[in-house]
Amino acid sequence: MEKMARVTTALGSGNSGSGAISGRTMFCHLDAPANAISVCRDASQVVVAGRNIFKIYGLEEEQFVEKLNLRVGRKPSLNFSCADVMWHQMEENLLATAATNGAVVTWNLGKPSRNKQDQLFTEHKRTVNKVCFHPSEVYMLLSGSQDGYMKCFDLRKKESVSTFSGQSESVRDVQFSIKEYFTFAASFENGNVQLWDIRRPDRYERMFTAHNGPVFCCDWHPDDRGWLATGGRDKMVKVWDMNTNRAKEIHCVQTIASVARVKWRPEKRWHLATCSMMVDHNIYVWDVRRPFIPFATFEEHKDVTTGIVWRHQHDPYFLLSGSKDSTLYQHMFKDASRPVDKANPEGLCFGLLGDLAFAAKESLINSDVNRKPYPGDRRIFFFKKPEQTEQFAHVSSVLSVFETSLESGRMDWFAKTARLYLLSGKPFAELCDHNAKVAKELNRPQVSTTWTMVRIMFSDPANPNHNLSNKLGTLPLINSFSMKEMGAGLCPDSRLDRSKSEGRTDAIHLEPGNSHISNNDENEETEGSDGQAEYMFGDAELDDDDLYSVEHDNPAEEHEYTLPQEAFPLRHEILDNPSAPEHLQQDKADSPHVSGNEAEATCLTPIESCSLISTSQPLYTPHLPASFFCPVVREMLCYYAEQGDVQMAVSVLIVLGERIRKEIDDLTQEHWYTSYIDLLQRFQLWNVSNEVIKLSTCSAITGLNQTSTTLHINCSNCKRPMSNKGWICDRCHQCASVCAVCHHVVKGLFVWCQGCSHGGHLEHMMNWLKSSPHCPAGCGHLCEYT
Amino acid sequence: MIICANKMEYPLRSQCQRVQKQVMVNTEKERASLLYMHALVSVDAVSHHMASHPQYLESFLRSQHYILHMDGPLPLPCRHYIAIMAAAQHHCSYLVSLHSTHFLRVGGDPVWLQGLEAAPPRLRLLDHINKVLAHQPWLTACSHIQTLLKTGEQCWSLAELVQAVVLLAHCHSLCSFVFGSGADGVCDLAPLPKSPNGTPPAYSPFDAANGNANVPDITRRRSLDSSCEMFLKERIHKSQEEREKRLLHTHTLQQTELEEEEETDVYLAEPSRFISDPDFRYQEFARREEDHFQVFRVQDYSWEDHGFSLVNRLYSDIGHLLDDRFRSVASLPSSHSPDLKRAIWNYIHCVLGIRYDDYDYGEVNQRLERDTKLYIKAVACFPDDTKAPVCPLPWASLKPSERIHVNLLIMEARLQAELLYALRAITQYMIA
Repeated sequence: MEKMARVTTALGSGNSGSGAISGRTMFCHLDAPANAISVCRDASQVVVAGRNIFKIYGLEEEQFVEKLNLRVGRKPSLNFSCADVMWHQMEENLLATAATNGAVVTWNLGKPSRNKQDQLFTEHKRTVNKVCFHPSEVYMLLSGSQDGYMKCFDLRKKESVSTFSGQSESVRDVQFSIKEYFTFAASFENGNVQLWDIRRPDRYERMFTAHNGPVFCCDWHPDDRGWLATGGRDKMVKVWDMNTNRAKEIHCVQTIASVARVKWRPEKRWHLATCSMMVDHNIYVWDVRRPFIPFATFEEHKDVTTGIVWRHQHDPYFLLSGSKDSTLYQHMFKDASRPVDKANPEGLCFGLLGDLAFAAKESLINSDVNRKPYPGDRRIFFFKKPEQTEQFAHVSSVLSVFETSLESGRMDWFAKTARLYLLSGKPFAELCDHNAKVAKELNRPQVSTTWTMVRIMFSDPANPNHNLSNKLGTLPLINSFSMKEMGAGLCPDSRLDRSKSEGRTDAIHLEPGNSHISNNDENEETEGSDGQAEYMFGDAELDDDDLYSVEHDNPAEEHEYTLPQEAFPLRHEILDNPSAPEHLQQDKADSPHVSGNEAEATCLTPIESCSLISTSQPLYTPHLPASFFCPVVREMLCYYAEQGDVQMAVSVLIVLGERIRKEIDDLTQEHWYTSYIDLLQRFQLWNVSNEVIKLSTCSAITGLNQTSTTLHINCSNCKRPMSNKGWICDRCHQCASVCAVCHHVVKGLFVWCQGCSHGGHLEHMMNWLKSSPHCPAGCGHLCEYT
Repeated sequence: MIICANKMEYPLRSQCQRVQKQVMVNTEKERASLLYMHALVSVDAVSHHMASHPQYLESFLRSQHYILHMDGPLPLPCRHYIAIMAAAQHHCSYLVSLHSTHFLRVGGDPVWLQGLEAAPPRLRLLDHINKVLAHQPWLTACSHIQTLLKTGEQCWSLAELVQAVVLLAHCHSLCSFVFGSGADGVCDLAPLPKSPNGTPPAYSPFDAANGNANVPDITRRRSLDSSCEMFLKERIHKSQEEREKRLLHTHTLQQTELEEEEETDVYLAEPSRFISDPDFRYQEFARREEDHFQVFRVQDYSWEDHGFSLVNRLYSDIGHLLDDRFRSVASLPSSHSPDLKRAIWNYIHCVLGIRYDDYDYGEVNQRLERDTKLYIKAVACFPDDTKAPVCPLPWASLKPSERIHVNLLIMEARLQAELLYALRAITQYMIA
């Protein structure tokens, strides 16, 4: 249903104070590109200024009529090259221009001579970007320049009365507040906006960073006291509420190009017009409450629009604009194009759990007779209350939500899997078995089998894993494998491979049964050393910068993996062989760990290949290294990722760690990690996502955890920031973090209520709040302990 | 909700750890910065000379790395080839041989190095704008852009063209710096001697690091996104390694064509192979001004307002990187007054046809002596080793870092001037 915009012309509306304004969309050619335009108060004339143009046009019913050319002289000086122009809103004959050479010039149209130049101020050293008359004071003029200064001129005097130094880069815009007599705003090239009191040139009243990059323009709301709109090179328009202590951003509109000018629309509280500095030639009128689609656009200009101004300060239907394409336009609001009319008010979105929501125009859905009510269809109707004023086309839409009943569409398995998977902290084989079991229980046989295969491909047959698998006794594959205990003949072969490395694994191979038993026997001892090892790695973790932090879990795993060595008294000397150094010098292809691995896989393959892999057995010689499988595993990972199961890809990647990492290029890995982490966070599985981040080996990913890790605290007595690290505040010399219950300093876990910010020892608070609902500090707040 | 501050528990221990950590961090940082130096400085020795201005060096390396190695529409070999073309315009054999090596490393076709005629026609099309930008940038016109973008088999996309233009401007201005540094006797950048496997001889970054205490500083400033930086460094390092590996690979492949390879080596250091019109040189802009060439007014098209937005739109993030360079060169600590810096900057723009409405050009004559102006003009406009050497910067008493500062100013001013001309032409194309 197309809805016509309900626009009334100025004639029809008979709006306040300007009954005479009428006209149509029209334009005229200028001789040169315009830089700025300004209208006189009664909206009958407009001045256009640019490098090579400075003219006044009369606004008549049907056309623009050139009234006056202010650019006189045979070779006009650079004083005529205007960056900005403003017509005084109280004094008919008074104009001011900002010249590109740094001059501020005023013009008196009442002068009898051809040259209307009145005063010339050459105090600025650089281009003046903006001039602004005081809205109610006749003689007060403000200028802002590239040199970083703002100057206030009294036109009765020959020079400026005060100079304001922004202490930052170039001033791009200055605007007197409309409601507050003494206040003006200035915007800067470094992204700041400053508020000044005209009586206090020594220091700004307030400063805040509004944009990233230059703030090209600002405009005070004509009616709402303290609303300031700013536009910047970062393609944003922001509306700030200045009434509060700290400037608060209340609206933000994202445009498609840097914002050169912004002007509030008269009589329309939420509307503002913008034009851009580069690339985009259109003028947009935005409703700041609907920031995603322009309310109206004017598309007439062929080059960037450099100046926009509403023709009359109480008439919202006429917009004048000047452009680099050397044209001056009057736009009628009724002729504006309305992007919303062309937009499709339909939306489609998949929910996290596989639900599908679909919103469409009501008319569209109702007219569809063939449509059968769907069992899972919940309908919600939205109506936007049409407002009396011209508004966005009123659309009522229907929202349908389809719940999926298909097993394939459900995502339950994802969250469960993520929660149950183990990615580190146990020997490799155990992790694989565990994950296989998880997958199996969730009825995902393929994934389960994959895990099992990964374990078989990469793990050591004689390692504790097989006892473990016996213990678990869940996976028939593993059982069948462990029954096929390897032939003794294989072992020597594999030992040749490993003779250069330490002998621990040899020992295991020589006496597989022994290792099995002793492992079980030595459990306590194992645990003891385990703890020690972890302590060590924990230290390493603290000491390291992010470069090494990724490694610390692998050593733990590695350590466990090598535990059985302790069972052999003869091998005593390698007991303390920490795996950390080995890992620090990682990437060494011939590190003992890896070669051991290869050998293990060697022993294993032939046996396994009969049952699992269809390729012919003879291909696999006993010397087949684990790296042989890498291409297959890589393909497998890519397959899963392609299938949308990035969870599997990442999990296997983490569990396999060094064994496979080299095979997959960093960008792909990073991509997988980010996708998986994104998914996890959507499911609010923060712990898992954090674990994944921690375990990842991409520095781009581990870096995610390193950002914004600072917690700033204020002293509880003087409310000022704590600068030093102790418990005593520098400023008030009081203990800052005192327990509200026992009144002692808390030197451990401090817990506080975010409502009243009182707190104390964790246990004290816990006990207190068990018995009383009120804050122990006696502030009367009803704290809650969850 | 409850927040626990966990770390407070063992003050003593954590303090110890902090100290320990500090130590670790320091050595780590140093290592990283050396790595950084190694990864990049060995790539081009130019950075040695910039190392006396570490703040600037950082932003320079960032942008250069981004242009040459990071995301962008042009394939890597093309980028280096364009760099070769650009450097050849000024007969800068140092940069030509450097980029030739890189070109081969990233898998470029060695045949292209025989000369411009051997390059694909698409790259040859770029020759004209290259030549114009290098010598008389004010001639850059919308029509050049149009020719390149005209649909056809060899056409360029706008994004590719913008990257190419940035690359050209970057290399042209870098030629100025190389030439300036050489003329100053600060350093001698002879063309790289060829080592058998094509890698440039290792310029030890450690010497530079030892010679200048400032160097490790480069990483200190950006602690905010240090992780990002780490990442960058690692990437750099890795890509280095990778390239080496690939190079080795290609070499084993090409061993049969060894003779041909040697032949190319001869070509490598011969910039004139890549120039089509050696007579096209810089001409006084002032003399031509009276003709139909309009003065370029910064107030009508400036980097901050216009250039940035356009270049950032078509080649994302480069705007910020270049902006960073212009800012850091402007804010370099120096014994010169800001007025002098501005005089140098505006003088360079002036000889390239760019004028500032708000500048009194009489000031240039006041601030800069005749010799200085000659030097600046020579370095900015005809940095050509093969021609007669210019008189060195007359400020003989200056510290080397000051002289490098002047060269940096010249380089950046020239870069901005070329970018402004090229981007304005692109803007005009887009409007038309």
